Amino acid sequence: MTKTITLAHGNGGEENNELITKIFYKHFKNDILEKSEDSALIEDGKLVMSTDSFTVSPLFFNGGDIGKLAVCGTCNDLAMMGAKPKYLTCSVIIEEGFSTRELEKIVRSMKKELEVNGAVVVSGDTKVVPKGAVDKLFINTTGIGEVQQSGISASALKEGMSILVSRDIGSHGATIFSAREGIKLESSLETDCASLYPQIQALIDAEIDIIALRDATRGGVSAVLNEWAKASNVCVEVEEEAIPVQEEVRGICEMLGFEALDLANEGTYLLAVAKEDEVRALEVLQHTHKSSAVIATVSREYEGRVILKSSWGTKRFLDLPTGELLPRIC
Amino acid sequence: MRALELKNLYDDFRDGDTIKAYAKIIAQDAKKLKNPINIMEVCGGHTHTIMKFGLPQLLPNNINFIHGPGCPVCIMPKERIDHAYVLAMQEDVILVTLGDMIKVPGSNGSLQDARAKGADVRFVYSPMECLKIASENPTKTVVFFAIGFETTTPMTAVLVDQVIKQKVPNILFHINHVTVPEVMVELIDSRDEHVDAYNNRIDAFLGPSHVSVIAGSKIYEKFPKDYGRPVVVTGFEPVDMMQGISMIVKQFVEERSELEIQYKRVVNYKGNLTAQALIEKYFEKISLFRWRGLGNVPDSGLKLRDEFSEYNAEIVYKDILPIAEIEDHKLCICGDILRGMAKPQECTIFGTACKPTSPIGSCMVSSEGACSAYYKYGNLI
Repeated sequence: MTKTITLAHGNGGEENNELITKIFYKHFKNDILEKSEDSALIEDGKLVMSTDSFTVSPLFFNGGDIGKLAVCGTCNDLAMMGAKPKYLTCSVIIEEGFSTRELEKIVRSMKKELEVNGAVVVSGDTKVVPKGAVDKLFINTTGIGEVQQSGISASALKEGMSILVSRDIGSHGATIFSAREGIKLESSLETDCASLYPQIQALIDAEIDIIALRDATRGGVSAVLNEWAKASNVCVEVEEEAIPVQEEVRGICEMLGFEALDLANEGTYLLAVAKEDEVRALEVLQHTHKSSAVIATVSREYEGRVILKSSWGTKRFLDLPTGELLPRIC
Repeated sequence: MRALELKNLYDDFRDGDTIKAYAKIIAQDAKKLKNPINIMEVCGGHTHTIMKFGLPQLLPNNINFIHGPGCPVCIMPKERIDHAYVLAMQEDVILVTLGDMIKVPGSNGSLQDARAKGADVRFVYSPMECLKIASENPTKTVVFFAIGFETTTPMTAVLVDQVIKQKVPNILFHINHVTVPEVMVELIDSRDEHVDAYNNRIDAFLGPSHVSVIAGSKIYEKFPKDYGRPVVVTGFEPVDMMQGISMIVKQFVEERSELEIQYKRVVNYKGNLTAQALIEKYFEKISLFRWRGLGNVPDSGLKLRDEFSEYNAEIVYKDILPIAEIEDHKLCICGDILRGMAKPQECTIFGTACKPTSPIGSCMVSSEGACSAYYKYGNLI
């Protein structure tokens, strides 16, 4: 561990993992925490619980704001365990001088998103701090959900299984980046920020046996695939051409030197199913997003690693993103 | 006429069938080669493409790449990073630089570490943003830590031009611009006895092409003529690179040694004369620039001309900037890698003590460095 915390420790990638394991897991160590899933299974697996803090800058962006993000983020973590979001808490830390109107706008968009999930805020806290102590507004939400389908786990992937992505990737990261100061980009890109529970409910209703499920937030699709490959000790073989990426996202990546696979998403998830469920699962996904696709298969070629295959027959490893990619994206 | 879209600039140049077709042509021509050929791609952007798109997997065994020193972040010696660190830690200074530079560790840490300790360090995409930062922070001094080859030098020159014309009182420059042809000469015509034994390893060059957008292809003329090393100025997409490689192989088959341009859509012989004039106006050569991993290379660096010394942070802050040269880690073999004498995986600390998150040697610090590209994209497959 380095002596001081740098922004790289918050990137959702390698440094972030190091921070969590070497400091937090070391002291908080317990069986539930160590499973390291999107949210924690509690009460004999009937309930799940998750927490997330939101520090995005700017607070308002194309297709969403910090409020929508704060509800989606936590509810999606619950949904990724096959659970229906039920109860949320909401803590806000506000910088003095912040506009009341903007605050209400944010809270209104939280309410709207809670309705999509069928969840309610049952407890909350507010703190106001002197100018400069936070950047305008930080929000923390914690949520509890009721498990609808159990057994979903990052460590359950087996040879021959298929991995699908629920829509085109990277639009949240690309939107935030193009909205940031210092980059003069005009773009009609919108964040993918969305509550995912309705889509997961549709998969459960269609009786798809969900093996693994994870939303590709910080660290993007790269981080999820690497986590799965490691947790299940399998090789994930990705067909590069099959990955859906919008032209504008690709353009921004080309210009700024990023990979869409590393960019954050706020309403895009990966789904692992048995080969025989692949077609039916894709049908359900395409109901919401035409761009959803089968992007990878599970093999044993390089255990614990993700490989990316090109259309001209070359292969390379796809690693966890390292370093500071986008400061404070969510 | 249909408007040109961004995707036109890369889509066709990543076409799988075209790439495979070039692989076939290269394989056929390579059978006619008498000896294996080692091609140095000087530019870090090329190294990145080679590894990202897996090009070595498409080439016959008698064609090898030597990964050159063309990553401006990687070649920055530690003492100059220490300059940036010391400047950043001054209370009244905002240190501004380009992207990857903030990750490179000096002897006290990186600019990222300085920032975590409270220093005001910012990275920009365009140096012109310094003007805005300076006007918003009139009580601070903005130091632009300028890095890069011929490609980025004009952007710094424009900023210098604007600072002087607009009489901006609070922007200074720390110039670390370096030039490509001089280091290419150094690599094939090294004075170092140890290296001299290996100096024939580079048979041809893929010429850095964005450098040539500014400086023209003319800067490489002497290599085929005086040194017998063919040069093909090549673009950065995989189809560009496969075509460039095939042009080099053809030269060997036909026993030619010429300067050719593959990247004709943006490169010409003369280059951008306006940019060249602006560079000439504000900058002059320094007799020696120390490259990390390679040591002193004559005439390879630039500095602000003496008449603009009042804008030179190295002069304004000379009392606080460290002057001692700092050697690289003993186990690091970046110098050998940059000279084409070794591959990253031959280094004992590659991937163990030296990783992108904790780089020890220059080639690991930026995504364009050879070691970093090998680590990220996997040399195993």
